[in-house]
Amino acid sequence: MADTAALDDIGEIADPWAMALEEIDVSRPELYSTGAHWEYFRRLRKEAPVHYCKDSEFGPYWSVTRFKDIVAIDSDHRRFSSHNHIVIGDQPEEFLTPMFIAMDQPKHDVQRKVVQPAVAPTQLSELEDLIRQRVCAILDNLPVNEEINWVEHVSKELTTQMLATLFDFPFEDRHLLPYWSDIATSSPAVGGGLDWEERDRILGECYQYFAQLWQERAAQPKKFDFISLLAHDPATAEMVNDPKEFLGNLILLIVGGNDTTRNSISAGIVEMNRNPEEFAKLKGDPSLIPNMVSEIIRYQTPLGHMRRTALEDVDFNGHKIRKGDKVVMWYISGNRDEEVIDNPDEFLIDRDRARHHLSFGFGIHRCMGNRVGEMQLRILWEEILKRFDRIELAGDPERVLSNFVMGYTNVPVIVRPL
Amino acid sequence: MAKITYIDHSGEAREIEAKNGETVMETAIKNSIPGIDADCGGACACATCHVYVDEAFMEKVGQPEDMEQSMLDFAENVQANSRLSCQITVSDELDGLKVTTPESQH
Repeated sequence: MADTAALDDIGEIADPWAMALEEIDVSRPELYSTGAHWEYFRRLRKEAPVHYCKDSEFGPYWSVTRFKDIVAIDSDHRRFSSHNHIVIGDQPEEFLTPMFIAMDQPKHDVQRKVVQPAVAPTQLSELEDLIRQRVCAILDNLPVNEEINWVEHVSKELTTQMLATLFDFPFEDRHLLPYWSDIATSSPAVGGGLDWEERDRILGECYQYFAQLWQERAAQPKKFDFISLLAHDPATAEMVNDPKEFLGNLILLIVGGNDTTRNSISAGIVEMNRNPEEFAKLKGDPSLIPNMVSEIIRYQTPLGHMRRTALEDVDFNGHKIRKGDKVVMWYISGNRDEEVIDNPDEFLIDRDRARHHLSFGFGIHRCMGNRVGEMQLRILWEEILKRFDRIELAGDPERVLSNFVMGYTNVPVIVRPL
Repeated sequence: MAKITYIDHSGEAREIEAKNGETVMETAIKNSIPGIDADCGGACACATCHVYVDEAFMEKVGQPEDMEQSMLDFAENVQANSRLSCQITVSDELDGLKVTTPESQH
């Protein structure tokens, strides 16, 4: 089922099919909070799959909206740089926080390799029992037969606990993690509401907290948490002395493990309510869970875009992209590309080749924590089916105002036990 | 045509008649070989079709190019005989090729 409910709510947002192509600007965050973006991208994919917007809140930018073109740009890291800027808006120079997702080779590779063991499949299998215990505890303590916000009670809580584990972060303070994550992603660079100075001040507290953790970890033997891995590797052992680079990488690891999985967890509940026949399929055959997890991640596309900067003039499908131009890869659009995905607007938990989606990105910057996210969703749904008959949507979900984070702030539900 | 044997992590072998011109990854997907995800569909952009190539075929299969090496750098348990199977094209020369899939793809 397509997002027709959301389309009804467009209200004053202009019909994309009635505009001149050059007037289309898909960077406006309200398109996403209302769900109007689907039709904008449908038109761009059809009529201008490589599209130039001359003027926007974020300056001029190219939009790439088809699946195969996105893969081509994403894997062409030699010509399309991630240096400093990976979202549509530029971070002002004084607030730049270097992080490896926003670096090119060779530095990117060095830093990524240091932290990657924390989220590699072998290490994750060690964590599976612990994650399952925590999922069970969260679900067993949920108020039932009354309205709750699934985002706060489950999505946010579970991802926060996972993140605390990956950092070996003091468990009682774990709520600071989603707080910092939300602050980090509310920047004006993605249409969020916070100003740069306030964001900088709060994230300074994040740095202070982690600098202390770093000193503790550095004094102890090496373990498999992010901070310990960074503190003990010769390539990154001095990172704590560069507050901006340390903070940048912290933000990357916190945001990467937070909004993304949180919003996929919330989206699963929303889509199961919109597609009751799919929920019936799932209950009839729980072995569909891993495939369903991939389908949720495709359908939601928790991060709507990534941006690159052209390092040289590039002729791309007949378009002259100039050196320095911003190129935005709209994953949210590519994941609905009818040329690559059959019936892309349908949510089908038994979809063939469900893993073939763009949500993790492709190329050297591909999501490092993809298996962590998938594991949390898989375990959560395994345990939901053991306990609950259904999780009913009790009102309209509220979406995040952003062109980057595709998420929900409120998913009101009533949990009905078996 | 070439016979290719896929050996999974537990040691179970599956022998497939592969068509020339297709890749070792495509042959695996078409024949529902477990242990190869191939998330990107053959664009050398994800490293989820990682395999270990039998030593006897290392020379015939050749060395990874730059992009493949970059992607392999972020796979788990990479060895000297690691390759992305989407970058190995089947030919008569590869008749008898054996590849082993890792415990998990990352």
